Amino acid sequence: MAEKQYNGSEIVIKALADQGVDVIFGYPGGAVLPIYDALHQQNSVRHILVRQEGGAVHAAEGYARSTGKVGVVLVTSGPGATNAVTGLTDALMDSIPLVCITGQVPTHLIGNDAFQECDTTGITRPCTKHNYLVKDVADLPRVMHEAFHVARSGRPGPVLIDLPKDVAMAMGDYTPPAKIKHRTYQPKVKGDLSAIKDAVELLQGAKKPIIYAGGGVINSGDKASKLLGDLVHMTGFPCTLTLMGLGAFPADDKQFVGMLGMHGTYEANWAMHDCDVMLCVGARFDDRITGRLDAFSPNSKKIHIDIDASSINKNVPVDVPIIGDVAHVLEDMIKIYKSKQVKPDAKALANWWKQIDQWRSKKSLSFVQAGDTIKPQHAIERLYQLTKGRKQETYITTEVGQHQMWAAQHFHFQKPNRWMTSGGLGTMGYGLPAAVGVQIAHPDALVIDIAGEASILMNIQEMSTICQYRLPVKVFILNNQYMGMVRQWQELLHGGRYSESYMDSLPDFVKLAEAFGGVGMRATKTSELDDVIKEMIACPKSVIADICVDQKENVFPMIPSGAAHNEMLLGPEDKAAKPVSEEGMVLV
Amino acid sequence: MGGTVAVSAKPDEIETIIAVLVDNEPGVLARVVGLFSGRGYNIESLTVAEVSDAKHQSRITIATSGTPMIIDQIKAQLGRLVPIHKVSDLTKDGPHVERELALVKVANKDDKRVESLRIADIFRARALDTTTESFVFEVVGATKKIDAFIDLMRPLGLVDVSRTGVVAIARGKEAM
Repeated sequence: MAEKQYNGSEIVIKALADQGVDVIFGYPGGAVLPIYDALHQQNSVRHILVRQEGGAVHAAEGYARSTGKVGVVLVTSGPGATNAVTGLTDALMDSIPLVCITGQVPTHLIGNDAFQECDTTGITRPCTKHNYLVKDVADLPRVMHEAFHVARSGRPGPVLIDLPKDVAMAMGDYTPPAKIKHRTYQPKVKGDLSAIKDAVELLQGAKKPIIYAGGGVINSGDKASKLLGDLVHMTGFPCTLTLMGLGAFPADDKQFVGMLGMHGTYEANWAMHDCDVMLCVGARFDDRITGRLDAFSPNSKKIHIDIDASSINKNVPVDVPIIGDVAHVLEDMIKIYKSKQVKPDAKALANWWKQIDQWRSKKSLSFVQAGDTIKPQHAIERLYQLTKGRKQETYITTEVGQHQMWAAQHFHFQKPNRWMTSGGLGTMGYGLPAAVGVQIAHPDALVIDIAGEASILMNIQEMSTICQYRLPVKVFILNNQYMGMVRQWQELLHGGRYSESYMDSLPDFVKLAEAFGGVGMRATKTSELDDVIKEMIACPKSVIADICVDQKENVFPMIPSGAAHNEMLLGPEDKAAKPVSEEGMVLV
Repeated sequence: MGGTVAVSAKPDEIETIIAVLVDNEPGVLARVVGLFSGRGYNIESLTVAEVSDAKHQSRITIATSGTPMIIDQIKAQLGRLVPIHKVSDLTKDGPHVERELALVKVANKDDKRVESLRIADIFRARALDTTTESFVFEVVGATKKIDAFIDLMRPLGLVDVSRTGVVAIARGKEAM
């Protein structure tokens, strides 16, 4: 028996502190007033006040993604909870560990359509890894600790705790976290050794191999990225990364063939298509990666390492499934690989690299920067060059659209956890609040939200949060006055009828920055770009840099929807060759 | 109920009975049903009841259909729900027995009344309730047997049916 009793709110705070939480992101309201009162009377947990609950969830995602720790959110009932839904779904899709505490009306009012009541657990059931409604304060300590365990272990994800106001005020005992073996939830981390042996045999017999790695490597921790590097170097195989995996293997390494998928490099996609053995590490054969499924890498044996059994054989049937944590499995794989003393066919591998170099020579990411108009790719390229090699660490978040793809293509990541983007859900408005979370976690780092002028307006209110906490977040807007990716698809698929994708009456972003208390800058000509970037980096305050770029530029290379890896388009001159099929049109 | 209720499996699909042992906590059935509707899997029938009072465990039996890849997906997706203890594919994992119970109401007179009684006898159906103008029959058996019984009752004045859906258990001495 614990000696002292605490009210539910104090139990929440104690559990957070015991779980190693030093900061939470939230917004108060009626149903969470007791928790905010408890927060006010302690110093172990810091609270960051956002401007909309959706921002709190993305901020917690940015925090989690850049630290590997669980991000924590505290919001009120009703609209507080429903505003959090997008962020929770985003975190579920990208496997980001979060614990979200929502207030709820008192238990006796649940089901009565009370003020600010909603069925939070019902609404969030499909968009969380798990959720709880705590009706008895006696369950609260266990639920709190369990929530963190579920959020961070196995395939990470968001966990929600719905806490009625009367429970937050009721007195109860607190129990600290213990090494619990959950009754039902016991994710498997060690991979099956015989499967790993089979995988090694395939790898050692490969003539045209590819290693395709994703966000699972980053979620598995720094060790997994290191082991991936060891494996790639030991085997001499080419390595490609998904959007979520960027940074898991250094972009400057000569064995890196670039990102793959819809806007991946020519060499990465062709290598995926033509390979004979594919090792998929912590990725999930998402439709942006595979292109047309029936033409996906038709002649390869596929090995798939994933901690989530439901990711295996979901879209693409694989030959050797290995269920387990990436770091654990790679460790065993490397051990077995070394013990076998069999080297892959060096001559075949040399030929394979020759072929890859031929694809590389297409320079699929090249663009022409001529004249005064700033090409968006050039802006990213300069941003990368001018931030590279500095003592200060750089972290990049993005919104969603063309700028996101250009950032993925032209900003080169050498380390994991430096790149925060909404991959699965594709949430416009993610980048600015995510940057808040990243900057809170890394106060001395250079944190840049690479944005589009449309996306940034979706959560622009978080500039106010940024200024309140004096966060030196930089917003780098590639402003083309269009919802660029929508416009690109309308151009390719809908006869250039730009239905509602042009934005009239955009705000003056320089003045907007100033209105929030930050610094505004603008570049409209190529000659101004470097100075603006340098000034932005040097500025100790938050900055919005409005980079006015070529309005008509499209993202290439591109696998058109419904096409295969070997049907990718290199540039605008390529597109007329093949109209997009009917089946392709219906895909998103 | 979530999921579309399919009449029978398409050619490349297999009919499968899945048993799921879950913690009997609020929302667990909604999680399972929501999974099926959210991912577009079929539910042909679903039954649930507590099976262990002491351990607070319930058993859900789901009759579903899909390609072998989909069936594997269903099992994997169920397996990752937090309050689920065990997922067992009764169709694939070995011999099992399955039963369904139906209450079938017919309203009829004269010859039809006699005929419905005769058929009930053949199906070992019991009359649970009778008026001079109706019967309620209880019939137990495999799904197909119940389908056949209902089909035969249709021209004899069938007015109402209530079915439990399939419950199933593996043959032999092993527990799930």
